[in-house]
Amino acid sequence: MGNTITENILANHMDKQKVSPGEIIECQVDIVMANELSAVLAIEEFEKAGLNKVFDNHKIVLVPDHFTPNKDIKSAEVSKKVRDFAKMHNIVNYFEIGRGGIEHVLLPEQGLVLPGDLVIGGDSHTCTYGALGAFATGVGSTDIAAAFATGKVWLKVPEQMKCIFYGKLNKWVGGKDLILYLLGKIGVDGARYKTIEFTGETLKELTIADRFTIANMSIEAGAKNGIFVPDEITLEYVNQRVAAGPLTRRTLNQVIYTSDPDAHYSETIEVDVSQIEPQVSMPHLPSNTVPISQVGDIKIDQVVIGSCTNGRLEDLRIAAKILQDKKIHPEIRVIVIPGSQQVYLDALTEGLIEVFIRSGCVVSTPTCGPCVGGHMGVLASGEKCVATTNRNFIGRMGHATSEIYLTSPAIAAASAITGKISSPVDRH
Amino acid sequence: MKFEGRVWIFEDDDINTDLIFPGKYTYEPLKSEEMAKYAMEDYNPDFAKQVKKGDIIVAGKNFGCGSSREQAVTCLKYAGVSAIVAKSYARLFYRNAINSAIPAIKCPEAAETVFQKKPMKISIDLAQGKIFVEGQEFFFLPLDKQAILIFEAGGLVEYTKNRLIREGG
Repeated sequence: MGNTITENILANHMDKQKVSPGEIIECQVDIVMANELSAVLAIEEFEKAGLNKVFDNHKIVLVPDHFTPNKDIKSAEVSKKVRDFAKMHNIVNYFEIGRGGIEHVLLPEQGLVLPGDLVIGGDSHTCTYGALGAFATGVGSTDIAAAFATGKVWLKVPEQMKCIFYGKLNKWVGGKDLILYLLGKIGVDGARYKTIEFTGETLKELTIADRFTIANMSIEAGAKNGIFVPDEITLEYVNQRVAAGPLTRRTLNQVIYTSDPDAHYSETIEVDVSQIEPQVSMPHLPSNTVPISQVGDIKIDQVVIGSCTNGRLEDLRIAAKILQDKKIHPEIRVIVIPGSQQVYLDALTEGLIEVFIRSGCVVSTPTCGPCVGGHMGVLASGEKCVATTNRNFIGRMGHATSEIYLTSPAIAAASAITGKISSPVDRH
Repeated sequence: MKFEGRVWIFEDDDINTDLIFPGKYTYEPLKSEEMAKYAMEDYNPDFAKQVKKGDIIVAGKNFGCGSSREQAVTCLKYAGVSAIVAKSYARLFYRNAINSAIPAIKCPEAAETVFQKKPMKISIDLAQGKIFVEGQEFFFLPLDKQAILIFEAGGLVEYTKNRLIREGG
């Protein structure tokens, strides 16, 4: 019996031919990533244990992105600790604000994650990098502390699940709609402890940004990782990034891992995407998904377009296309957050930022701020927000009585104009 | 080792990390003891005030889903929680629990029985893999081998430290 791409990557990172689901293994990592929140706890653990040497100063990536630019003294102290640690240990890939962005937009863009890599990150959305055919998974701060010292991580080999997308995409339907639809179908623990390998003929129609969005939200089904076998679209993106990356870490891996034809999957789900219309995930679980036509009349107070889920240039292009020459509804506010400095710059060059500002949006520096209820768009009691982010848990973006509706950038932009949750289909 | 604890019944499925430890506190450089003050704030605001050392949480499916934030485990540990029994766990929470050496026991039968009988106290025997609920015994699977090593060392950091010393690094 053959291996899946995930099993192949895991086996390769422990010099074995074969790993089996359920087995506990210890792997060498290619990248250990942390944001300022997970890093600061990891640094404390690292220092408390008397550890004083990092395993490889090129393979640790530190990205202050959650409460940055620092919103108050407490968050400034957190960032300072991380900055000092980076300096002390000569961490090459420390990304200061103004030269970085949101971790999961930034790392692929900088060519720091390549197909076949094994990446752990102190953030649950680390699974985003699976879009490139890497094994990437979120871990806690203690894991990060240990990996800082050893370059190793213990993992339970996940059961393998396959999701086949087939059929032709409808207009305005993209990666976000597919993953929200899937979450609605399998639930927030539908892939608990498992891999979701995304495959099928529709992949040809999905941009790399769509794939990042899908892999990103695998965790919302409880998955350990989401992954796409690299194809031409992946390799074109990766080659560009490696060539453009000022911090080029290394050249492409020699081997591009795939899934063997006789690989075993514990479960296979087939999704006919031609049946899917734009989706909305209603409060208070990402799996609480309904098609836009069934949402009804819901007035909103705020729209957020951005995040590690939908803060890429392709996402901003979609939003700008809908907002072009339009004004946002007078009673709501719209916050647009480019996912990285590079995305911001590209959006500026393409004229997207001008579209947003002319239509009446706030354009923010890259930050995770509102998505974690931190800053830059926190909700008051009873407020409703359409967000292209990834979680709509109670209290996630602010007050415990506020409500979050998760959507694609297309629905978010269409809703920004009408002031209520709206389909881009009716209008464009 | 057998121990008894007062029971907190959190019957819902999918109790997420934002409910266990709100994101708005994650940017504060808090000591572990201070994290305990915010434990379960958006789910059960009385919990942090009333929890006592040795208490046991009994929860539904997919406990701890959402974020990787380790505070979700740390805040419960330092609030005094001696063990968690749930129908199932989200993997990040479970992983963090092992790394922090707090028993997170998966036993849907015991959890269901607790939900029905609502006992004041239950007992757990970690070595034997047993939970006792009002005279009924429930078995649970022990941890995997490597997880036990981490658990017994007192957590992943201690485990790593011992190992680096052993390996002469």
